[in-house]
Amino acid sequence: MPPLLEVRDLVKYFPVYSRGIFRKKIIGNVHAVDHISFTVNERETIGLVGESGCGKTTTGKLILYLEKPSSGQIFFGGKDIIQTFSKGSREEQLKLRRSMQMVFQNPYASLDPRMTVYDIISEPFKIHRHVPSSEWKERVYKLLEMVGLEPYHAERYPHEFSGGQRQRICIARALAVEPKFIIADEPVSSLDVSIRAQILNLIMELQEKLGMSYLYISHDLSSVRQISQRVIVMYLGEIVEHAPTEKLFDHPVHPYTRALMSAVPIPDPKRKMNIIVLPGEVPSPINPPPGCRFHPRCQYADSKCKEEKPVLSQVDLDHFVSCHYWNKFL
Amino acid sequence: MNLLEIEYLKTYFFTEAGVVKAVDDVTLSVEKGSTVGLVGESGSGKSVTAQSVLRIVPRPGKIIGGKVLFNGEDLLLKKEEEMRKYRGKKISLIFQDPTSSLNPLFTIGSQLADIVIEHEKVKKDEAMERVVKALRIVKLPDPEHAIYQYPHQFSGGMKQRICIARALLLNPELLFADEPTTNLDVTIQAQIIALLKDLQKELGMTLVMITHDMGIVAEMCKNVVVLYAGNVMESGSIEDIFERPHPYTEALLKAVPRLDETRKLISIPGNIPNLIDPPSGCRFHPRCQYAIDLCKERKPPLEEVGNSHFISCHRWRELQGGRS
Repeated sequence: MPPLLEVRDLVKYFPVYSRGIFRKKIIGNVHAVDHISFTVNERETIGLVGESGCGKTTTGKLILYLEKPSSGQIFFGGKDIIQTFSKGSREEQLKLRRSMQMVFQNPYASLDPRMTVYDIISEPFKIHRHVPSSEWKERVYKLLEMVGLEPYHAERYPHEFSGGQRQRICIARALAVEPKFIIADEPVSSLDVSIRAQILNLIMELQEKLGMSYLYISHDLSSVRQISQRVIVMYLGEIVEHAPTEKLFDHPVHPYTRALMSAVPIPDPKRKMNIIVLPGEVPSPINPPPGCRFHPRCQYADSKCKEEKPVLSQVDLDHFVSCHYWNKFL
Repeated sequence: MNLLEIEYLKTYFFTEAGVVKAVDDVTLSVEKGSTVGLVGESGSGKSVTAQSVLRIVPRPGKIIGGKVLFNGEDLLLKKEEEMRKYRGKKISLIFQDPTSSLNPLFTIGSQLADIVIEHEKVKKDEAMERVVKALRIVKLPDPEHAIYQYPHQFSGGMKQRICIARALLLNPELLFADEPTTNLDVTIQAQIIALLKDLQKELGMTLVMITHDMGIVAEMCKNVVVLYAGNVMESGSIEDIFERPHPYTEALLKAVPRLDETRKLISIPGNIPNLIDPPSGCRFHPRCQYAIDLCKERKPPLEEVGNSHFISCHRWRELQGGRS
């Protein structure tokens, strides 16, 4: 079966300009996303993890064409997204938009404070006209029920809700167009610990019921493990490791993945951490290091890593890693 | 000996909407030289407790009752001038957001040296030397150069190191770290945790780690105080808290995903209560799976149930019996 979403060699550079009033010159590029490829199958959740600035959010925005890719290709259900949004008719564009939705990190900023919940959830109906207006009310109630809210909540405004409830409203809004694919960008990281499980469970339940696919973007490895079937680890705009969840968490291969996992504190006093402390910080993506981008922080790096860029090698049937010396870490 | 003892502390915020009972009868103690975790979600009162100890509760907040005994002396009875000798010098604080807690208009050297000059009346050169020394302790690269730089020239992790250096300048006896790693990336968080652990060991400092992350608590702390909605739910050794937890702590542990295993998350129903009109009885009862009528009617006292293990729950003993 062909994948639902296919990303091929996707690149996004943001130009950096010199200071000046009249003549602005491009003096460099932020390499936000640099030649990444992956697929998302139907009914699958892919976790995209990495630290801030690694390009995970930009990847999500590129797929939805909220940012224009510098180069590369994205196919959704066989349709070329970049072609459709740059040259296609409005009708085609709307059709694509209906099948892909996004849930944002901050539910306080992504709901219009002057609209009632009813207006917020029914707005997609106005745009896509896929539901006759006589059925709007019924549909809004049904969506509210799906995300665990009550019908009377429809008349209220966003400020009357807690963070977790607002995130439920955001999810209901995304579901209003019956999408096949949802990008969830850190949907629980601004919520309180006791509320996170509610939203994570809701996201998983909805997938079981409605059968859509997710791209779950997060910096929190524990929640990624919980929710995804496959995981992609990014570092400075590139994919460093890509594997099914169990394989990645049980046998991480790339030195960066291993360090990242060792750094997560486990809530169990009997299990003390063995932190692999990475020296330094993530380098600037404007002039990323040559060779392997991780080499300045890697304890195993040698001259080859400084000069030659590693390619994504196949460790196992479905386990890929971008490191010259992956053999050493098996 | 206990360095800090808080007894029945009440800090309320008098807002237009009503009185927010942010900290309500909080009792806890901190042993000298130990690392204590102060755990809770937002609105549990963990930051306000730290602010109350230093008496820097922002308006409209007011400490309206209780005792804060530091080395046996009640800080709530001190005059404002006396209190200034405690802040920074004996008790220090690291804030959550290093970016907003450094002044962008002054160099690192000058804003840190000011603290030494103010408290110890030394010359500027000497103060600068002290700053360089403190920056070296927190492993900031090239401290001699760093003192001439401004906050924006550093990354988040480096800024947090600078804030830790600032807190250590006057060799405080007690250090509060208020979510010091929440805004940082995982690998940088690991660096800061390693640093705080080293410092605590080397300097023999008493550290109170305020956090919502049970993982950090398990990693760093010997004793833990769990707060919920302005009340202490339980306090005790790290082993007690994880092995014989209060229903709230138990629910919290079951609701967080773990890196080392995949399991079903059991979510806690409902929301964090509004502290203008907190739930009657036990404040956790509306969300507690074990709640009975008694929990609604009467507030459970904080009782010692084991060796320094304090629990505020009507049903804990009975539930433990069923479990073992």
